[in-house]
Amino acid sequence: MTFDPTKIRADFPIFAAQVRNGRELVYLDNGATTQKPGVVIDAERDFYSTEYGTVHRGIYHLSAVATAQYEAARETVADFINARLTKEIIFTRGATESINLVARTFGDRFIGKGDEIILSEFEHHSNMVPWLMLQERTGARLVYVRSTPDWRLDMIDLRSKFSSRTKLVAITGMSNVLGTINDIDGICQLAHEHGARVLMDGAQLVPHFGFDVRGTDCDFLAFSSHKMLGPTGVGVLYMKQEIGVEIPPYQGGGDMIENVRYDGFTTNELPYKFEAGTPNIAGVIAFAKAIEYLQGLGMENIIAHESELTEYALDRLLSTEGFELYGPKTPKHRGALFSFNYKDIHSHDVASILDFANIAVRAGHHCAQPLMQRLGVNSTARASFYVYNQKEEIDILLESLKQCERFLKHAVG
Amino acid sequence: MQLDDLYREVIVDHYNRPRNFGRPEKWDIMVEGKNPVCGDEIAIYLTVKDDIVSECHFDGKGCSISIASASVMTESLIGKSLDEVRLVLADFNQLLRGEVCQRCEQYSDAIAFQGVTKFPVRVKCALLAWKTLEGAIPDSGTHQA
Repeated sequence: MTFDPTKIRADFPIFAAQVRNGRELVYLDNGATTQKPGVVIDAERDFYSTEYGTVHRGIYHLSAVATAQYEAARETVADFINARLTKEIIFTRGATESINLVARTFGDRFIGKGDEIILSEFEHHSNMVPWLMLQERTGARLVYVRSTPDWRLDMIDLRSKFSSRTKLVAITGMSNVLGTINDIDGICQLAHEHGARVLMDGAQLVPHFGFDVRGTDCDFLAFSSHKMLGPTGVGVLYMKQEIGVEIPPYQGGGDMIENVRYDGFTTNELPYKFEAGTPNIAGVIAFAKAIEYLQGLGMENIIAHESELTEYALDRLLSTEGFELYGPKTPKHRGALFSFNYKDIHSHDVASILDFANIAVRAGHHCAQPLMQRLGVNSTARASFYVYNQKEEIDILLESLKQCERFLKHAVG
Repeated sequence: MQLDDLYREVIVDHYNRPRNFGRPEKWDIMVEGKNPVCGDEIAIYLTVKDDIVSECHFDGKGCSISIASASVMTESLIGKSLDEVRLVLADFNQLLRGEVCQRCEQYSDAIAFQGVTKFPVRVKCALLAWKTLEGAIPDSGTHQA
């Protein structure tokens, strides 16, 4: 099958619905969230329309059907990231909750006063604040790895940051600001040599490159459905079984218990131990459809498509006068995500003016305020691409950027 | 809806040539504000003599709308009593809520910001300086400089 973005685009109803002033939607905020193909939207509607019931409880037919679909979705996820066991897949509300879960359970249990957690300088707030909160609770220390001048993780500095107190490396697979892709295998290997666990924030990486938890031997992997064509409110935490059985539960409630007495309780087996309360059943089932859709396109094809977009974008963007790119300027080990400023024009003005051309880009600090300080800017605009984007949209972006000047001509002098 | 509603000529002019921009040597009241969504920062410096604003300056970093709005604000406050300042603040808030504000015609180029209401996500930008100032002006009564 040939990979045809025009045909893929036709699978997403939003593009037909959002033609404004005769201009097609150029959706370039995929780093924040992605659009949904018809099959995903239908899956959620069909489930509610014809087969809806709760999971893991009812004896009746509907509940049995819902449970079977929900658990089949878990298998789809396990298969997608090459997990050894289906019970290593925990459904959460999103990557943020997945990371908070690890901080509250594994963190509280194993990371005490003076113990160290290694992070990069370019983590999303979601992979910083849960550890800052743990620091406040237990007195754990956060240690930050430097970046190289071309905004990659300095692996030599990483090596020097390990100590006998290092318990965890919590690091992003791909930066949501810089587009940098980290050397996951290298990080996992180094961490394990030093007896530390690795939590990979896969929110940006997994949708575009997939993930192999067994190949990398990573201990925790967090990612979100809505950044990979699935519904909002669904996330995944992959956790190695050997860790899951040793740590306390996260939230208390239904499904996570085995036995409750007036004076105590015992926890359910994995993965239910970490899934208290009625989950987002319809969302999980539709998320599995999104994964199947991506698998239908072929992750290898998606990687090749985005790598082509990256090369073209870097070539065009870097040769545009006044275009300041924040992140690696070579296509290797970076994703199709570009943070920029244009000719001293504030990113909000850029985003407003582009919006008029029906181009959606992000503007702001991208939930990475410390990194903004390191970059020496208050905010940037960001264009991030996915399966339905095409080279032509990069040209449209650049043409429209030039409009910004027309509206906001700087007085000379 | 036109993009020109947002980027009115006067707004672009105030952005490119902000009035009363820069930190003065002396002031009576200084207040700082921040828009956490975009990281915009502003500082406002007021000199008050006999309950009248004799000077008003600002500096900071921001988008065209927030800078222009701050510039217009400084112009519209100079010469006003603190009671009048409260009135101007209330009027500008009203204007940015999309309500009719007849007095706004008199406040420098404030009326130019009427079009910003068509861009709800940018209203916060237009209000940054004004909301910041609110924090520095006591609710009522006379001000002791």
